[in-house]
Amino acid sequence: MSQRKVLQGNIIIAKAALAAGCDFFAGYPITPSSEIAQYMSKEMPKMERAFIQMEDEIASLGACIGASLAGKKALTATSGPGFSLMQEHLGMAVMAEVPLVIVNVMRGGPSTGMPTKPSQADMMQARWGTHGDHPIIAVYPAFSDEIFSETVRAFNLSEKYWNPVIILLDEVLAKAHMDVEIPDPGSYEVYWEKTHEISDLNIYDRNIGENPPRIDFFHSYPIHIDSLEHDAHGWPSFDAKTVDKMQRLRMEKIYYNLDDIIKYKEYFLDDAEVLVFSFGISARAALAAVKMAREQGIKAGLFQALTVWPFPRAALQERFKKTKKVLTVELNMGQMKYEIERIAPPDVKKQTLLRANGLPFSPGEVLETIKEFVK
Amino acid sequence: MRDYEKYIRYRTFPTPWCPGCGDGVILKSIAMAFAELKLDPDDIIVIAGIGCSGRMPTYFNTNTLHTTHGRALTFATGIKLAKPEKLVVVVSGDGDATAIGGNHLIHAARRNIGIKMILINNGIYGMTGGQVSPLTPPKFFTETTPYGNIEPHFRIRTLLSAAEVSFVARETVNRLTQLKQVIKKSFQHKGFSVVEVMSNCHVNLGRRNKMKSPLVMTEYIKDITMSMADYEKLSPEEQESKYPLGIFVENTQRAEYTDLYYNQVVPAAQQADAQGGK
Repeated sequence: MSQRKVLQGNIIIAKAALAAGCDFFAGYPITPSSEIAQYMSKEMPKMERAFIQMEDEIASLGACIGASLAGKKALTATSGPGFSLMQEHLGMAVMAEVPLVIVNVMRGGPSTGMPTKPSQADMMQARWGTHGDHPIIAVYPAFSDEIFSETVRAFNLSEKYWNPVIILLDEVLAKAHMDVEIPDPGSYEVYWEKTHEISDLNIYDRNIGENPPRIDFFHSYPIHIDSLEHDAHGWPSFDAKTVDKMQRLRMEKIYYNLDDIIKYKEYFLDDAEVLVFSFGISARAALAAVKMAREQGIKAGLFQALTVWPFPRAALQERFKKTKKVLTVELNMGQMKYEIERIAPPDVKKQTLLRANGLPFSPGEVLETIKEFVK
Repeated sequence: MRDYEKYIRYRTFPTPWCPGCGDGVILKSIAMAFAELKLDPDDIIVIAGIGCSGRMPTYFNTNTLHTTHGRALTFATGIKLAKPEKLVVVVSGDGDATAIGGNHLIHAARRNIGIKMILINNGIYGMTGGQVSPLTPPKFFTETTPYGNIEPHFRIRTLLSAAEVSFVARETVNRLTQLKQVIKKSFQHKGFSVVEVMSNCHVNLGRRNKMKSPLVMTEYIKDITMSMADYEKLSPEEQESKYPLGIFVENTQRAEYTDLYYNQVVPAAQQADAQGGK
């Protein structure tokens, strides 16, 4: 039986991670994500799962990569400044194709910024924070049930595609106590990749577009994993042809599987004159606003991205065939609006509602902007 | 094939190290220690950060992991906590271990997690072309101390003793048998261990300090190192430029971290759970 509970967003994430099989957590305290580590420190030893508080965020993600390569499902949780410290290791996880999940409960920035205020500040840090060309998956729940389901999905995606997955969460939702449905185990998919048996070192030997098999340390054949660019054996290689193939292997495992990875919700879009594009806490205000707009006879609809990276380009472009106005609502000074500008045809009018002063949008504010836009 | 050769991954040779580099001696002594302990190669992992030392794991026929600069201990911590029964070895250079990775070093020692660190001290950043490191001796000339080094250097023995390390030793590349012996002992130690190995970088340190050849540089290492008994006879001024050798700390009383976690924290949590608490 599923259970209805009142839980803090951070605790929903922690519970969902355990339900998804997370058996390793390494983290460092940071507002507003610390409750995740606290909950894990209490619950994980009961289940003989590993918890450790590391000396900083760099160490936390390092420990997660190590544990994941040793066969664990690893999680860390942080906020913007800690996420900045993790960027080098995020790149290492992409390069070595290591499944793990990073929660970034975003807060006002830059720098120490506003630790207790919400901001959708790290949309681009999630995409491009680490150096070098790389594929990334980032999910962004907005409603309490989604916090559970997207966390489980984040683990599944990381295991399936051997890539780090980022869960973005708003400070407000991390701290708020919400009514949530904790689903029955067995009612949702938990993806377990069986460790692949190997007899040689060609661990990255596969065709472009194929998902990598799970290969762990201490599993019958000693392997080599490298942060350097490498060949199919994992050996360091700077041979141009080899590098080209390895880069495509890493990119295309994501881009060949967009249908499986990209998830979004559409509200009132079939006849919409204005499409509101939003995510996270702003999408909650936007959903209330489009409902109010409908009551007033304005044909507004909401596109709520649950997968923010890779960007849900195709689904939005389909909508732009009919809907010729797009309003991007995001709690920052303009980050995802550039993605909309990149993909929306020239005949689509673009408007934004942006701010980064620590105050979330109210539905009324979004409604006012919609009304101005449709005039 | 000699015993230790099954731990060496010859197919990845040649190494990137300069002719005469001490890293080869260290590679061999670690492999010899594996052989004497008759370990299954799949039960071992060798991890390193960045630098000349960072390339060493590639050449071990065990599980191997080449990570980021200074952070090898963090990956090792994750692996050790995930698989406490495995032998987790970290190879690190002096810049890697004590500059960028200094924080992780003191915390691994404080935690006493059962990772075996081989800290190669050649007193220089070799792979990047010869810049000063926290273990470069004072007055030495490097690419970034063209007028002589004005910073004092860390002493691994005292630095780690302050962090209550449970095993710390120093050896040199000149003494293969002793080096292998100390490494083997460190592998048998339950907690965190550090074996500092004085090594020669004649190319990037020696060349700028009138010690251009490997032989001159290994002679220099011989001159500055001595037994603890001889070291203690020196005046404090004389001690400043000398390095004692041997095992300095071997504390078998301190509990190992993963042992505490799985045998103390886990039962406590399960008991609290059974009683409906926490």
